[in-house]
Amino acid sequence: MWEKLPETKPPELIDSKGFRADGRRLDQLRPIKLEVGILDKADGSAYVEQGKNKIMCAVYGPREAHPKHIALPDRAVIRCRYHMAPFSVDERKSPAPSRREMELSKVIRESLEPVVLADLYPRTTIDLFVEVLQSDGGSRCAGITGASLALADAGIPMTELVAACAVGKVQGQLALDLSDSEDKYGEADLPVAFVPNANLVTLLQMDGSLTTEEFEKGLGMALEACRTIHGLQREALKKKYHEMKDVVEEKEESEVVA
Amino acid sequence: MSATPQLPPVAKLEQKTIVDMVARGKRMDDRGPESYRPIVIQSGVIEKANGSVHVSLGKSKVLVGVKVEVGEPFPDTPDEGVLTVNAELVPLASPMFEPGPPGEQAIELARVVDRGIRESKAIDVKSLVIQRGKKVQVVYVDVYVLDHDGNLIDAAAMAALGALVNAKVGKFEVKADEVVVKPGRHALPLNNYPVSVTVAKVGKTLLVDPSLEEEQVMSARLTVTTDKNGAICAMQKGGLSGFTVEELKRIVGLAVEKAVENRAKILAAAKG
Repeated sequence: MWEKLPETKPPELIDSKGFRADGRRLDQLRPIKLEVGILDKADGSAYVEQGKNKIMCAVYGPREAHPKHIALPDRAVIRCRYHMAPFSVDERKSPAPSRREMELSKVIRESLEPVVLADLYPRTTIDLFVEVLQSDGGSRCAGITGASLALADAGIPMTELVAACAVGKVQGQLALDLSDSEDKYGEADLPVAFVPNANLVTLLQMDGSLTTEEFEKGLGMALEACRTIHGLQREALKKKYHEMKDVVEEKEESEVVA
Repeated sequence: MSATPQLPPVAKLEQKTIVDMVARGKRMDDRGPESYRPIVIQSGVIEKANGSVHVSLGKSKVLVGVKVEVGEPFPDTPDEGVLTVNAELVPLASPMFEPGPPGEQAIELARVVDRGIRESKAIDVKSLVIQRGKKVQVVYVDVYVLDHDGNLIDAAAMAALGALVNAKVGKFEVKADEVVVKPGRHALPLNNYPVSVTVAKVGKTLLVDPSLEEEQVMSARLTVTTDKNGAICAMQKGGLSGFTVEELKRIVGLAVEKAVENRAKILAAAKG
C-alpha cells in the first residue's frame, strides 16, 4: 500500500522563455504594498504586502523595562518577536513559538539594531512585534522592511531605514524575491537586509548550495532590490505625513470659514 | 522574545584593551587574525552512543553524541530518514548559561549546525529508509557544550561532522512487521562533509575563530559553511552590526580556505 503514495514532483518554476510561474522575470520583485500607521494603540506600526505575504508590524516604546532586571544602564534593550498566525500557512501552524520563529526573532532584531540610536534611551525597552498573517516565502525579509517602517513611525531615532529581500537559486538560475513554491523546491535561499547609505549588510543567511561566484552575483541582485524597496519605504512614510497635512489644512480652512 | 543581550561587566572593562590590540594586528592569545586556536579532536569517547566526538577549540569544549534509532518518517517525505539536531548549553559550561529549555543562543547554534549537515546533503537520507512511509532510521545529533570560550558554532559543527563520520550503526531489518536491529558496525552513509568557519569583526579587523572575549567586543560575526566541493551550503550573520560587501566577499574566501584544513583534521581524527 505504501507504494501508492504520491511522488512529490517539483512543479515547473521557470518556463522555456525564462518567465517564472507567477509571470515574473528572474530579476523582478513581487508587487509590494507598504502602509504606515495602521494601528491605533501601538506607538508605531506598518503593514506590508509582498506577493501573498501579509504582515503587520508594531512598535511599543521606548517604555519602562519590564521585568526591570532586563534593562541596560547605557542603552535601550530592543526586543523582537516574529510570530506566524496559525492560519498563515497551508497546514495549520501551532501558535506556540517554534524554533524557527525564535531564530528569526533573533536575526530580525540583529538586522535592525545597527540603525536604532538605542543609547538615547537607557533603561528602557523598545518592543517590536512582527505578526505574519499570511506567509508566502520571504516573510522574514518583508518583516524587516515593515519593522523598520514601524520604528520610524514610532518616532524612534534611527540612522536610516533597513530594507530586506531574498535571492535564491531556482532550476540552476539566480532568482530575486522567491515565492513560497520557489523557496520550497528551489536549490538555495539567501535572505539579505541592507542599510544603503551606511553600506552595511545587517542580515545574511543562506541555505542550499551556491558557488562563491553565484553568492557574489546573488548578493548584488539582493542589494539592488533592497535599494528599490528602500525607496518604496521612504514614499510610504512620506505618504502618511502628506495625508496628515491634508487633514490639518482642511480643518484649518473650515475654522477660518467659521 | 529576543532581546539585546547583556554583557558581563568585566567584559566592558576589557573591551578597550582588546579592541586596541586587534587594531594593532594582535590578539590576546598571540594568534594571527586569520588563524584558529589549537584544535584537538577525540573520537569515540562515549561508548553508548553510535558516534561521538569531543572537540577542544582552544578552551572551548564541545561534545557531540549521535544516536540512531527507529522512528517514523515525516508524512511529506515517506522515503527519507530523519535528521534532528539539538544543542544544550549546559550550566556547567559558563556562568551565562542557566538550566531550562533551550534559549535563542542554543536554538541558533543547533539550527546553524543542522543547516550545514542538511543543505550539503551530508547524510544520504534515502538510504535510511527501513520500510517506505512506515519505518526509517532517525539520526539524532546532540550537541553538548561543556566549556564556552567562544566560537561554539565552529566547535559544534566540527564535532557533529566528526560524530557522524565516527558513527557505527547496526543493521535494521523487518521481521513479521517488527523492526529488529542486528548488531553490526556499519558506517552511516555520508555523501558530504560540511565545515563551518566563523569570522568576527572587531573594529575594522576580521578575526577568524573569535574567542569569548573577542565575541564580547565584536560588532558582528558571519558563519559560512562550505561543502567538500567548496560550495557554500549555509550562512548565518549574528551580532549587533553588519558587514560591507567587500568584507563579506573576503570572509567567504577565508571560509573556503580554512574549511579545507579543518575538514582534513576532522576526517583524520574521526575515522580512527
